[in-house]
Amino acid sequence: MSESSSPPFASEKALKRLRRRRAADRRFKWYGRLAIGFALSALALLLASIATQAVSAASYHVVAFDLDVDRETFGNVTPDALPPVDEVYRRVHEDLLARFPEAIDDPAKRHALNGLITRLAVLPEARAIVRDRRAVGAVRHVRLPLSDDLDLYLKGAIARHLTVPVGRVDAVQDVETGTISLTGEGAFTRLLTATSLEGVPSPGMLGGGSVLLSAGLSTLKASSLDSSGASGTLLTGTLQDFRTHPVRAQLILAPESERPVTDQQIAWLLALKADGRIARVPHWSLLTHTDSTQPELAGALAAIVGSLLTLLVTAALAIPVGILASIYLEEFAPRNRVTGLIEVNINNLAAVPSIVFGLLGAAVFLGAFGLPRSAPVVGGLVLALLILPVVIIASRSALKSVPQSVRDAALAIGASRMQTVFHHVLPLAAPGMLTGAILGMARALGETAPLLLIGMVAFVAEVPRSPTDEATALPVLIYSWATQAERAWEPMTGAVILILLTFLIAMNIVVVFLRRQFERR
Amino acid sequence: MLSELGHLPMDFLLLAAAVTLASLGFIAGRLRAEQFSFNGDEHPNSRPNAHGYFVLMWSLVPVVLVGLGYTFFGEGTSRAILRSELPAGFSILSPGELTTYIETVARAARMPDFLSGERVFDTVTDRYGEIRGTLNLLTLLLACVLSFGGMVLARRSLSPAFRARQHVESGIEWFLFLCAALAIATTVGIVASLVFESMRFFAEVPVWDFLFGTRWNAQTSAEFGALPLFFGTFMISFLAMVVAAPVGLFAAIYLSEYASGRVRAIIKPLLEILAGIPTVVYGFFALLVIAPTVRTVALWINAQLIAWGLADGALLAAQPTSALAAGIVMGIMVIPFVSSLSDDVIRAVPQSLRDGAFAMGATKSEAIRQVVVPAALPGIIAALLLAVSRAIGETMIVVMAAGQRARISPDPTSDLTTITVQIVSLLTGESEFDSPKTLSAFALGLVLFLVTLVFNLVAITVVKRFREKYE
Amino acid sequence: MDGTRAENAAMGTGVLPDAPDASVRMSCRHINVFYSGKQAIYDVSLNIADRSVTALIGPSGCGKSTFLRCLNRMNDTIEGCRVEGEILMEGKDINSPSIDPVLLRSRVGMVFQKPNPFPKSIYENIAYGPRIHGLAEGREDMDEIVEKSLKRAGLWEEVKDRLTAAGTSLSGGQQQRLCIARAIAVRPEVILMDEPCSALDPIATARIEELIDDLRKRYCIIIVTHSMQQAARVSQRTAFFHLGALVEVGDTDQIFTSPRERRTEDYITGRFG
Repeated sequence: MSESSSPPFASEKALKRLRRRRAADRRFKWYGRLAIGFALSALALLLASIATQAVSAASYHVVAFDLDVDRETFGNVTPDALPPVDEVYRRVHEDLLARFPEAIDDPAKRHALNGLITRLAVLPEARAIVRDRRAVGAVRHVRLPLSDDLDLYLKGAIARHLTVPVGRVDAVQDVETGTISLTGEGAFTRLLTATSLEGVPSPGMLGGGSVLLSAGLSTLKASSLDSSGASGTLLTGTLQDFRTHPVRAQLILAPESERPVTDQQIAWLLALKADGRIARVPHWSLLTHTDSTQPELAGALAAIVGSLLTLLVTAALAIPVGILASIYLEEFAPRNRVTGLIEVNINNLAAVPSIVFGLLGAAVFLGAFGLPRSAPVVGGLVLALLILPVVIIASRSALKSVPQSVRDAALAIGASRMQTVFHHVLPLAAPGMLTGAILGMARALGETAPLLLIGMVAFVAEVPRSPTDEATALPVLIYSWATQAERAWEPMTGAVILILLTFLIAMNIVVVFLRRQFERR
Repeated sequence: MLSELGHLPMDFLLLAAAVTLASLGFIAGRLRAEQFSFNGDEHPNSRPNAHGYFVLMWSLVPVVLVGLGYTFFGEGTSRAILRSELPAGFSILSPGELTTYIETVARAARMPDFLSGERVFDTVTDRYGEIRGTLNLLTLLLACVLSFGGMVLARRSLSPAFRARQHVESGIEWFLFLCAALAIATTVGIVASLVFESMRFFAEVPVWDFLFGTRWNAQTSAEFGALPLFFGTFMISFLAMVVAAPVGLFAAIYLSEYASGRVRAIIKPLLEILAGIPTVVYGFFALLVIAPTVRTVALWINAQLIAWGLADGALLAAQPTSALAAGIVMGIMVIPFVSSLSDDVIRAVPQSLRDGAFAMGATKSEAIRQVVVPAALPGIIAALLLAVSRAIGETMIVVMAAGQRARISPDPTSDLTTITVQIVSLLTGESEFDSPKTLSAFALGLVLFLVTLVFNLVAITVVKRFREKYE
Repeated sequence: MDGTRAENAAMGTGVLPDAPDASVRMSCRHINVFYSGKQAIYDVSLNIADRSVTALIGPSGCGKSTFLRCLNRMNDTIEGCRVEGEILMEGKDINSPSIDPVLLRSRVGMVFQKPNPFPKSIYENIAYGPRIHGLAEGREDMDEIVEKSLKRAGLWEEVKDRLTAAGTSLSGGQQQRLCIARAIAVRPEVILMDEPCSALDPIATARIEELIDDLRKRYCIIIVTHSMQQAARVSQRTAFFHLGALVEVGDTDQIFTSPRERRTEDYITGRFG
């Protein structure tokens, strides 16, 4: 700069000032970049956090059972009988008791064992037995979903844990009933290092995490641990396994009292896993089941159908009315005070909070007209009024974009105004109108608040068959699942959000496609 | 017999009647018109199809009107009749209980062959079925008679000189007008229902106590001081605007003034995704990610303040759900509302003003800050107003992430409640609007509607003026 | 840049007939301008004399405005626009990276076709330039600059009582004089005018032309105009552009009475354009 900064082109003072101004200029541009960066990273964070949850819920753990559907118990099952849930569940329970005899005499352990599979989990199987008479008298090979907390434990979502190989031990002794000690020179050094690294207080101390040692099908809970030996109580299996199999340790960092899964249940899980009876499979029931009180059994089918029925009503009302209204306002309305009022009114309606439409629905459709509560027909009506301004505004701009020359040409050959509009203007504006209609429908699909007020938040366990049946909708299902206390609902909610977003993305792809077609023309 | 008629599929029957009668009308009109063209000397004014449509119109309108009346008022009328016929013994029930009872009866009557085994209930249900059956029959008869009458009258008025096409077209124009007027009807419906229910509420709770009372406890005891709700709404909207206003504005400036065409084509749709994500998803995001983060940070600040000896105890409330969490997420949600409209108005500022500033030797940021933004200021203010209106009325994020506790606290990490949260919690699962508790939701709704109305109208007017100035 | 080259620049290239009696303010050599690859100006070389009015004339789309915008690098603000060649001012190429366009524009002011006052008060419109360039020390100084600029633009008497009124509230001619005053306020040496009267009525036009004639005593003025009468009335030298090329340049009287080029003659006699 030295050469050009010399007078006469600019004084020293002006240059100094210029440097300051240029710095301000660069700063200002950076503010813009930062703002864009903030908005985009917020979007990325939102999508990533939902995707993580959804991926976790996309698969779940099931346990294999061989159900003996004997004639004695199930022989009198008829197609109109209630599904024999209790009988099937008793079979499952007996099967587990036979596998883990240590629970037979201990009511607390039996209760914990029941916690592996919930009673409702057998409902689909019980229904299948009712439906299919041939099932009776045969052994059914079934896979039942593991209860939600254990599923989350295996996925590593709750009670963080890690597995450390220990290897073979030199000696195994039965110290007293149920208590075993394992000894091996230096066998536990690695485990001790891991425990101290992970900050697990020494095992056996109250309030600390747990260390489970397992070999083959057997597991013990360590109560004392040093570099050359460990001792503890046998949770499941036999002492013999520790002599013949290599030992592996599972470190669970959270204290037993602070997590929903007990050490005993984990020991059983490890045994079932060693049996090869636990598998992680795709979670199709999310799409094929209806809502349930148990997260592992719940699905979004009823809500998907409910949303579709609602949208059907919305589309049937909002799209034709919106398009016809826009035609009136754009092509026929005289420019007077009434149309001016309608115009301001439409612009304002587009910005009225959606919950106010819910209040309207509750007071007028439910209260004054006595239409059924929780029904897609009412939801559809309310959402139709909600998106009507959106459809009208979009359709009007589509009509505005049709060149005046088209109208002039049609009028000049003696077409009436009505014929001009419906034969010549409308076909040209149609893609734009369709775009607006789809965007309006996308808005309706995502609305929650108005549906809450007209009672579409009810627990619906049956797929609605008509717009007057009780139903719920996808966004409402998301709301009810997201506000449940149990952790297992979080990934489930993420998965339903993904379903909802998939629908929305599909709609938007159609819009983009339409726009491109339209622009090419 | 009559109660069996109560199960008629009325939607289907009315639709079928409409289609049949309309077709009949069209055929009748067209046949009549074809006779003109064969034996008339003069050229008929309209083509035969237009005559057909004319008769069709007059046969269809009565069916549609009767059908709409039936759909909206049928159920209410039947229930009112049933209620008036109930024996005196029912007077021990409160109005609310009576409504619930009748609703149960109506639901039972909808199921074929329903028998509860309770004599009184079954008798009432049967009577309700009879009322419905009578109503159904009357409706169908009325629709057919009126439609047929319309058809006959319309057909009689046909003649070669009859301007059928003009009549049909003005009929269609009326129909188009009615569609447009539905938007007005919606507003009237909103205002009427809010005002009506609010009046009932204010008959029991003085307006003054509602607007300026500081204790809100509608669920358990009858305390209806809504000031804490107004405060919570204001606080969360303010926090949202603290996020959205600078981010949205600078994003708009960057997109309209700095970004190249290609960058703009990528970033603008990405920002608009933010506006397309359903609010319930934002609520889940707030609950899952932002609220725990806010709490962790607040706890850390508390610990630091204590460690440095600046505070004796916890300074921030650090609740699991907080105004700040809801505010941040709501701010993210309204960013595109600010940026998109601001971008529009900034781009509408004529290039000549920028040229003028550059020609004076202004740097780009000086031109933007001192000339372009001031010129676009009305539009930018309108964008901010619309965003505030959006934030005030937003429901799902606050329902999920703001809390239920009505209180006035300047601490953003404490949980506050808002107008919309209370409307949802008061009305979810309620079917009868007869207690001050449920009616108060409508009073809150009225306040919400009026406040957002003011913001919207100012914004709409300002934007309109701005457009007129530069376009 | 060494002195010899600067001197050469001042003397002109020899190809073009330069006005020998006036010192050269700006010297353009072999200017080519491209808009996203399409060429708009073809190899234009032109010297511009100080303290006189140079008019650029030619049919619409001939590139005279584009050329004008090169002189204060306004073309920088258009995406995809590229300028080649040298424009020397006091021996320095204004297109060199070491010259900040912001400083350049403070010395080469510009007035546009349509009056474009900022949406601010009359006072603020004038004060804007001095403020961003830091030309005024304090309020009184600024008041003086505003008054002087308005007086020089012949607007002072009309607006002195309403300096706080919006600049857009003035009439079209007044607005254009306001824009001229605004340009003067930054104390430029060169003022570029891009058809400054095309949006004005004849009376306002006459006033602006008077003003231009007055300003020429202090400034170097380059004016683009589509009106040959205007060029003849206000300018001392005239350059005729056609299809992006400079056809002929010379004293205004000579161009209008005895043009050397056939195309110039066709244009001024109204046979095309």
